[in-house]
Amino acid sequence: MIRKYLPLVWGALMRKKTRTAFTLLSLAAAFLLIGLLQAVNSVLSGGADFLGANRLITQAKISFTQPLPMRLLPQIEAVPGVEHVGHSQFFGGVYQDAKNFFPQFAVNPQRLRDTYPEWKMPEEQWRAFISTQDGAIAGRVLADKFGWKVGDIIPLNSFIWTQRDGSRVWQWRLVGIFEGRDKEWTDRANLMYLNYGQFDEGRSERARGLAGVFVVRVKNPMDSERIAAEIDRKFENSADETKTQSEQEFQLGFLKQLGDIGFIVNAISGAVFFTILILTGYTMSQAVRERIPELAVLKCLGFTDRTVLGLVIAESFLLCFIGALIGMLLATAVIGALPSEYAVKADGSVWIFSGFTTVFLALVVGLPPALRAMRLKIVDALAGR
Amino acid sequence: MSTLTQIREIVLMNLKSIPQRLGASLVIVIGIAGVVGVLVAMLSMSTGLNRTLTATGDPNRAIILRGGSNGELASFLDRASNTLIKQDPAIARHPDGLPFASGELIVITEVPRKGQSSGANVSLRGVEPKGFDIRPELKILEGRRFKPGLRELLVGNGAYTQFDGLGVGSKLKFRGSYWDVVGVFETGDAHDSELWADLDTVQSAFGRSGVSSVVVKLNYTEAFNDLKKRLTSDPQLNVEVKTEQDYFSSQSSGLTSQIGFLTNIVAAIMAFGALFGALNTMYSAVSARTAEIGTLRALGFGNAPVVASVMAEAMTLSALGGVLGAGIAYLLFNGYSVSTLGGGFTQVAFNFAVTPGLVMQGLSWALMIGFLGGLAPAIRAARLPVTAALRGG
Repeated sequence: MIRKYLPLVWGALMRKKTRTAFTLLSLAAAFLLIGLLQAVNSVLSGGADFLGANRLITQAKISFTQPLPMRLLPQIEAVPGVEHVGHSQFFGGVYQDAKNFFPQFAVNPQRLRDTYPEWKMPEEQWRAFISTQDGAIAGRVLADKFGWKVGDIIPLNSFIWTQRDGSRVWQWRLVGIFEGRDKEWTDRANLMYLNYGQFDEGRSERARGLAGVFVVRVKNPMDSERIAAEIDRKFENSADETKTQSEQEFQLGFLKQLGDIGFIVNAISGAVFFTILILTGYTMSQAVRERIPELAVLKCLGFTDRTVLGLVIAESFLLCFIGALIGMLLATAVIGALPSEYAVKADGSVWIFSGFTTVFLALVVGLPPALRAMRLKIVDALAGR
Repeated sequence: MSTLTQIREIVLMNLKSIPQRLGASLVIVIGIAGVVGVLVAMLSMSTGLNRTLTATGDPNRAIILRGGSNGELASFLDRASNTLIKQDPAIARHPDGLPFASGELIVITEVPRKGQSSGANVSLRGVEPKGFDIRPELKILEGRRFKPGLRELLVGNGAYTQFDGLGVGSKLKFRGSYWDVVGVFETGDAHDSELWADLDTVQSAFGRSGVSSVVVKLNYTEAFNDLKKRLTSDPQLNVEVKTEQDYFSSQSSGLTSQIGFLTNIVAAIMAFGALFGALNTMYSAVSARTAEIGTLRALGFGNAPVVASVMAEAMTLSALGGVLGAGIAYLLFNGYSVSTLGGGFTQVAFNFAVTPGLVMQGLSWALMIGFLGGLAPAIRAARLPVTAALRGG
């Protein structure tokens, strides 16, 4: 059946090549935008699902910028169901120029290895990181970007932490370069871990012994909620109240700080969709209006009303589908070309959303002219009335 | 008839016939309204943000931070520096003999946005009593100032409208104890997004002894250079001295340029789509008028008037679309208030501002699309052989 009717539908589209081409280009532009915007949206609605539910982040309830003291660590470790606890302090260092921004965290090396088994590094480099007081390890992406080798000394100028002598430049010895256990993690390896040893010893007295946030790895992800509640209960009403949430929620919290991006994204998508609806709708009705005598001829030849309806709708579908496909392929290409630190991905949900949008658009755009074509009276149409 | 008269007549005739092609004309109008609406709405966001951030700061005020820190949050000055800085002779003195200077401590607190559970970073600013005297623009809208020594908060108007549970009389729990909201203030700038409390109380609650910055009022504007020279060369201090205006505009530049960049990309893609819509419409308008154009040419109308008539139609419809889009953006978004992450990693509340400049920018995009969309069809109309055109193409 498809083979029988497709040439007819195709012929209808090719009747005015310029018009079809222009409509396809506007459709492609619209779906390029919709694809990009929805990819942003899918990140906001919890796209980073590969982080897994077996890691929790315990931060100070007041704000994650307020470091928690190290003395909480054994108390968190004592909560039943907790497997490993690590700690991490944002270092805020600048390498050479403020434009080269990448995050660094001061951590306990052994605890990092226990809480993040996703990072892979040769055994001797792990050992070196653990035993080097001023040691640092960098992700593969970062090391390649700056051409770092193991053994390099990397000076970082911290805008947060001063050394006791007031200097802000900290020297770190690169002792290892890590990769991810799979492609997703390797893509994210654009950060640096610093040994907490030199960090805590170097900074001023008043800041000593502050851990930052705690990273809690739980034995069974099903227990996460109970463990999070239990940790927070331990420190309730103390000066260091905590807020424990899954790593995924913690990461999303950063994006949500930017504001109601979802609203802006949806508002733009809505405006784009409405505009393309009007544009394509006009083209379709124009195309059918011009072909009224031809449609009447089809009916004379014995095509039923319903077949004619189907033909016009099929034409609308084909038009919207090709346009949407071009747009979505462009969107995928653009997203693929983005640097890996933008976690935007055109995943399945984006394609499904665009698919539904295309079907909806094709129906709304195709149905009115299709009904008109169906109701056509042969005599009137041939007479040009 | 001279060419000009021809142009006038034919353009008028063409414009009067637009209602006959209403459906097609609406396509251009709506297509362009969509582009201009999105463009103006998004730009009004960055304009509003910029307005709020650059409104902060009096040229007569200076801010002193730790050397090398990129903002108040990362800055720290110990108690001794705070005292020493305030003794500088460039700082104006209050009739009571004390300098017009306020050591201020910034800490970040998390407050939920309205209708959301996750917290947004809001600055809590501990200020000294003179903090009010050096900022005469500060008005108390509701309630009263906090009392020194008590855990009381004054809430900025922007924070009050954007975040939950900040009304006068409500309590906030920070670090194991409760703080009472006793008033709402307005300054008309970035401070509107903050919570204010007494410096000593904040220091004791957060276990901090120093301040993040010292804000001072100068004797006169030119005294700034002397102040800067003295403080930066003092071996007891490691500080950076900036005018308040410089400081706040440097905090905002990155964010507003990013928004502007994204806006232009989105608008450019939309404009690309709308351009083809306009081309389609204008081509069909020309083909509907083929016989008419042929007649005009046979009567002796030249090429220029024909081109002009098509272009005039395209540009008029685009301008209409532009006005419509800008109007919708104005009605929906002017004064719409939101908050986002500002320079110091804390929230800045601001209102969208649809300014005449933005409307003009939107209109120029509309006319540009109209021009490009009309050009090719206009040339085609002018090139039609008269005989073929008379037969209806």
